[in-house]
Amino acid sequence: MNIIQFLYNAITIAEMEARKIRHDTTELWTRLVQPALWLLIFGETFNAMRAMSTGSFSYIQFITPGILAQSVLFIAIFYGITVVWERDVGIITKLLSTPASHVSIVLGKSLAASIRGIFQAMMIFVLALILEVHIRLDPIDIAGVFAVTILFAMCFSSLSMLLASFMKTRDRMMGIGQALTMPLFFASNAIYPISAMPVWLQYISKCNPLSYVVDAMRSMLLSGSYENLPLDILILIASTVVFVSLASVTIKRLLE
Amino acid sequence: MIKIRNLTKKYESLAVVDNINLEIEKGEIFGLLGPNGAGKTTVIHMLATLLKPTSGTAIVNGYDIITEPGKVRSSIGIVFQAPSSDDMLTGYENLKIHAFLYSVPSYEREKRIQSVLELVGLADRQNDEVKKYSGGMRRRLEIARGLLHKPKVMFLDEPTLGLDPSSREMMWEYIQKLVKEEDMTFILTTHYMEEADHLCNRIGIIDQGKIIALDTPANLKKIIGGDIVKIKPKSYPNLENLKKLIYIRKIELINGEIIMYVDNARTNMPDILLHLEAEYVEFRSPDLNDVFLKLASKNLKESVEGGFMERYAQYGK
Ligand SMILES: Nc1ncnc2c1ncn2[C@@H]1O[C@H](COP(=O)(O)OP(=O)(O)OP(=O)(O)O)[C@@H](O)[C@H]1O
Ligand SMILES: [Mg+2]
Repeated sequence: MNIIQFLYNAITIAEMEARKIRHDTTELWTRLVQPALWLLIFGETFNAMRAMSTGSFSYIQFITPGILAQSVLFIAIFYGITVVWERDVGIITKLLSTPASHVSIVLGKSLAASIRGIFQAMMIFVLALILEVHIRLDPIDIAGVFAVTILFAMCFSSLSMLLASFMKTRDRMMGIGQALTMPLFFASNAIYPISAMPVWLQYISKCNPLSYVVDAMRSMLLSGSYENLPLDILILIASTVVFVSLASVTIKRLLE
Repeated sequence: MIKIRNLTKKYESLAVVDNINLEIEKGEIFGLLGPNGAGKTTVIHMLATLLKPTSGTAIVNGYDIITEPGKVRSSIGIVFQAPSSDDMLTGYENLKIHAFLYSVPSYEREKRIQSVLELVGLADRQNDEVKKYSGGMRRRLEIARGLLHKPKVMFLDEPTLGLDPSSREMMWEYIQKLVKEEDMTFILTTHYMEEADHLCNRIGIIDQGKIIALDTPANLKKIIGGDIVKIKPKSYPNLENLKKLIYIRKIELINGEIIMYVDNARTNMPDILLHLEAEYVEFRSPDLNDVFLKLASKNLKESVEGGFMERYAQYGK
């Protein structure tokens, strides 16, 4: 299979998802509630209390990249549920019966999760502007944040598909999604700086891909200092490659 | 075109497809018949590389389903028994995605999509989301999707389930046309015996994972042994006299009706009527229904007698 056909297939599958979103956008809007609440209530409250030392940035500035990452994480980690549902209605069976390679199917599906992630990121930008959170609005940085969002959603949605190939049912995926998001979220630098954590948690958060994502977003949205960025992105790309490859080997198990 | 070798699928220790061997030639329309749960869908899914066989393999269009699944998938098309269209997309969009994934060349894409939509009578509904379609319309869209890329081998798993009689006949004609003009090979399953009879060159009857009969429809009907004659006698007949007639192969008395299996019932009927006085007479040639019931229900009866009836008897005590 040549590379052009491969990418073409992946994009076709992602495009199918984009069309579905266009037919029905309710889901996108409902997903906005949670990050809005975080920013509005949690962010504003802690901001006023000045309880957390977040360096030269206000607390609400500090958590904006964290909330962005968190809401994309939710979309991605529960993406397996969508895939299980699509298996139940025959769509996955159909895709797997086409000549499209399994890697291109997983890649296409993970890009589909990215499309939702991008929309989420855009909405959070709008929200931040409304709340007058000061973020850097340099076009290159914004493009960078979108790029990281895409990779990030691909990474965790393919992890989710990997898990779905073994879990096989929506209920189990719901459970495992919940079991994963909370530790991932709290053992990261999303809502407090790593230095504020107990030492053992600091070690865990260093192994947490979410920390690198938040770090990358923070450097682009707030500080503008890019020294950690190459490492952040490298780790993200590496995990994405690993999860996409693993998921494309296991995805067929969904049909068993 | 297809060579199936010792193909077996087990769930736990139960073999739902049990060591099947079968060859299907290019240009054949092969019918796979069998009762519910016989293993038809399982066979098709293994041939389409969707399910991994427990053992054995098959060669489809020259490629091994185990070692060259990608090449097999490029050679085949499949219409699933269960729906597989995307509800949220329009009929047209469903087909377009399919055309992309099968690399239908761009200069042919639109033309082919429109022609299959035309064929299944959905052209005027193509821009409606599939969730707004009726059951039969969805089924027709599935068929359109399967035929879109004109594969070398086509699997149809109960394709005409839920179609009205005229749509069904149109499907039959189109399948025959594709075999003639494009030299395609079809493997189809169906529970409509007249469909199998009309369409298939050869039929395999599968039961509990094993092929229990394999032949042309005409030859299969010979298993029944002659035409089926039903006579209601006016008085209790002397069956011994009838049994002496050489063209009567078998004779049964059921509910006061005589059931006979007779060679050439049309010409022998007058002679039969010399031996008894009839209130009424019915006769017909055997069809695939008779064959199916005879072959497949034998096993069914056995399993009922061996299982359910026994348990029922014990329950009675
Ligand atoms: N995932 C599974 N786990 C266990 N058993 C299964 C599984 N899938 C199918 N079976 C069993 O395999 C057997 C064959 O099923 P299959 O779907 O191939 O039948 P079929 O001939 O297509 O029947 P139908 O005419 O009802 O479509 C059935 O007894 C079914 O219960
Ligand atoms: Mg079936």
